[in-house]
Amino acid sequence: MITAEVILASGGGNPLIPNVWEILVTGVAFAVLLFVVTKFIAPTFEKSYTDRVEAIEGGIEKAEAAQNEANALLEQYRAQLMEARTEANGIRESARAEGAQILADLKEKAAEESARITAQAHGQIESERVAAIASLHAEVGTLATQLAGKIVGEALEDDARSNRVVERFLADLENQQNAGVSN
Amino acid sequence: MTAFALPMASYTEKFVPPTISDLHLPDIFPWMADYGTGFGKQMLLVLLSVVLITWFFMAAIRKAKLVPGRVQFVAEGFYSFARNTVGRDIMGEKNFRPWVPLLFATFVFLLLNNLFGAIPLLQIPSFSHAGSAYAMALIIYLVWIGVGVQKHGLRYFKLAVVPTGVPGWILPLLVPLEIISNFIVRPLTHSLRLMATMLAGHMIVALAGTGARYLIVVQDSLLLNATGVAVIAGSVAMYFLELLIMILQAFVFTLLTAIYIQGSLDADSH
Repeated sequence: MITAEVILASGGGNPLIPNVWEILVTGVAFAVLLFVVTKFIAPTFEKSYTDRVEAIEGGIEKAEAAQNEANALLEQYRAQLMEARTEANGIRESARAEGAQILADLKEKAAEESARITAQAHGQIESERVAAIASLHAEVGTLATQLAGKIVGEALEDDARSNRVVERFLADLENQQNAGVSN
Repeated sequence: MTAFALPMASYTEKFVPPTISDLHLPDIFPWMADYGTGFGKQMLLVLLSVVLITWFFMAAIRKAKLVPGRVQFVAEGFYSFARNTVGRDIMGEKNFRPWVPLLFATFVFLLLNNLFGAIPLLQIPSFSHAGSAYAMALIIYLVWIGVGVQKHGLRYFKLAVVPTGVPGWILPLLVPLEIISNFIVRPLTHSLRLMATMLAGHMIVALAGTGARYLIVVQDSLLLNATGVAVIAGSVAMYFLELLIMILQAFVFTLLTAIYIQGSLDADSH
């Protein structure tokens, strides 16, 4: 083992006693180093730290702004899409309603037309019937008078009397006919 | 390792373990003068460390970019370690900024000077010499006392040695203890912790070297020569352990610096 005696016996110095020149050199050297570090090195590092923090935070802010803008656009497009859908639905609804309206109008118009044609036909038939009755009225009276005159002879020369007979006959005929119709 | 070496010493030549003096090389200027009389290798290395650190970091920041290159990235790693891990975490967001340059300079200065001990040919940790360790501890000692006085005036010395919240009758016992602990033991441990760990690491390197030489060159037995190879293999493991200790001690010294300064700033809050 190395003991204190061994060290001292072999001429070892005391390690705790300093070389004064080494104190001086170390002190001066450190002072120079401290000066260089304080003056040049530390400020540069601090500055690059600050710059870097700013660059990173600036980048984050920029990205956030872009994100916000993109979100706003997305919202806008969604709103527009929704609006367009609503509008399309509205158009479809109104088209359907309009179609129904047109159909109803056409049906009504057709019904009116058919009613009109029917009424017209009835009117015509009625007037033709009335005309036929009138012409029959005259012809039947004359024919019957002639016939009866021929059968009865001169006795029926008096117009007034024969006219009364014919009128009564026709009235009876008419009554019969009406009763036949009502049956 | 010495246990292998010492019993064999009687064969041809005695095994002479390396001493502190063997680590004190003759000075460079005047050439080969006795250690301590002139400018020595250790001082040259201390100056070299300042040149290297300045060169590396100035090169790293010359073309400082927002997106760092490889050199800038490494340089910023050292800086942000001293700034954030040591400065901000110990001293707090409020206080740490003005002290970052001191902490950073202390850390890289100690780190490189310690690592000199692991570089072949340079191979001497500057702070294995007590003078350098005393110088650094003295600077820090003056700084934290100065900070205390600047912040609290002369009342600082009362704040530093009179603990609050203890009964009055115990103060005559506590105050001398606090004085010894804060103003005498603290700078000594601050410097000696660094010096002793670096010196021990350096001694182990020297011991492994002389021991392996003795076993391989001086001894005739093949078995003993083989154990010399084992010593070299063991010293490689020690080398990596030393590497760890060199980095760790630079960190510890800087950490304590931050703690001491923080203690002075907040002397009135405990």
